[in-house]
Amino acid sequence: MADKRMTPEEVVAQLEDGMTVGIGGWGSRRKPMALVRAILRSDLKDLTVVSYGGPDAGLLARSGKARKLVYAFVSLDSIPLEPNFRYVRENGLVEAVEYDEGMFLSGLRAAAYRLPFLPTRAGLGSDILKVSPHLKTVASPYEDGEELVAMPALNLDVALVHANVADEKGNAALTGPDQFMDDLFCLAADKAFVSAERVVSSEDLLKEAGCFHTLVLHRYMTAGVVETPNGAHFTECPPEYGRDEAFQKAYATAAGDPEAWAAFEARFLKTADEAAYQAEVAKFREENAK
Amino acid sequence: MTDTLTEITRADVCVVAVAECFRGDGEIIGSPMGTIPTIGARLARATFEPDLVLSNGESLFFEGTHRLGAKPDEFAAVGWIPYRQVLDVLASGRRHVMMGPVQIDAHGNANISAIGDWAKPKRQVLGSRGGPGNTINHTTSYWIPKHSARVLTATVDMVSCIGYDRAAQVGTSARFHEVRRVVTNLGVLDFVSVDGAPATMRLASVHPGATVDEIVENTGFELVVPSDVPETRLPDEAELRLIREVIDPRGMRLREVPA
Repeated sequence: MADKRMTPEEVVAQLEDGMTVGIGGWGSRRKPMALVRAILRSDLKDLTVVSYGGPDAGLLARSGKARKLVYAFVSLDSIPLEPNFRYVRENGLVEAVEYDEGMFLSGLRAAAYRLPFLPTRAGLGSDILKVSPHLKTVASPYEDGEELVAMPALNLDVALVHANVADEKGNAALTGPDQFMDDLFCLAADKAFVSAERVVSSEDLLKEAGCFHTLVLHRYMTAGVVETPNGAHFTECPPEYGRDEAFQKAYATAAGDPEAWAAFEARFLKTADEAAYQAEVAKFREENAK
Repeated sequence: MTDTLTEITRADVCVVAVAECFRGDGEIIGSPMGTIPTIGARLARATFEPDLVLSNGESLFFEGTHRLGAKPDEFAAVGWIPYRQVLDVLASGRRHVMMGPVQIDAHGNANISAIGDWAKPKRQVLGSRGGPGNTINHTTSYWIPKHSARVLTATVDMVSCIGYDRAAQVGTSARFHEVRRVVTNLGVLDFVSVDGAPATMRLASVHPGATVDEIVENTGFELVVPSDVPETRLPDEAELRLIREVIDPRGMRLREVPA
């Protein structure tokens, strides 16, 4: 059986310009940030990012890696408005496709089921249909004849998700309070890559996961596994760690000012690799503890 | 004995007005967004609406009456409600959400997405989140901590959450639509249909200390104002104790509506 372990750079090497990339997690929660950071360090461009958006969407759009964002919201949770998302939207720097959260879920399900669309009531009557003229409605073929939104499949070239623990074959556990739509992102994609806080042997996976209900990412869903300790930073990854609120605040503050943002990027995002990023974060914590 | 009634703050009145929105809901999910809505929903369950089902806002349903921010080891967790299941349940209709709009019009169309032209907004806010799905699938109420003509406005820039005119245009598929009430720091508004036209906002009650004129002046569209507008009811002793000692001992409600 294949050993699917790889580095963040090896994941990025499998991505191509113009691809549609789905990103798991939700807001500022359990985002595969180490993989996002690897994309930021690469020369990839023209990506379409599909996400229940947090700093992943904000960063990829602000950096110019994402030409297009597909979202229902973009938020940092404890800081409701994502400053880089605001920046790119208010300056017209990104193509935006906004769906309702439930429409988004129907789109992921349609892609996972290999269907062209799924009907949903969500969106009817709202301006979502107005700002996205590609959306069409469909009439029920049964007696009721009800008119519904035909939510198109959110087909993904690649999905990136972050797990608490994985094995080298690409099985992974989501052990926190919410697994979000990560398994659907994987099924909706041609190829999915899972980063994890730790990669253990298959023999130890259930013990490490704590409960078999958490073993929701399976190896037929995943093409690669990356061990990235603290890899969701600065988003939360319970039970391993909460959100780094001090760092997130520094991120949000910097994003509001061009000079401060350049300095933040230089220090944290233009590092040689993920290890260098984590070393800077450790230094940031020491500075803040003083 | 202290004279409790003189100490009742506007925030306490708002909490009770929010709680009243959930009256009669029975055994469905109450989904309050924001501080005063959360206190109000917990108060409703602790008093007159005991069957209401409430989560801690982070995927766990709990029983009992608990303070804002209570950790999972402080309450009896009885259900797991991750986001995916929220989206499934809301389509089944067993939910009443209270959201905070940045704009809302006379028909109850609300914007939580972006101010200005959506294509290149003057101010980007959250995105439409679950607003479209919530409003077409189940009961919705709104909480507005600062009643102003900028929020209660003649036209909203992006209809994230549909109101009565949009629901009427949709027809059959909007049969589960209900915008019940809008609670603000000044009063309570509900919706009334005149001669079968799509319902519009009516002034239902004025909080003690606020006036009808103040509300009319700070509303950017014409409200239906009955000749006799009642005062919003005050919390009783038991409600005040629950608000102050059990649900919000740290006074977070006063940050949303200062005394």
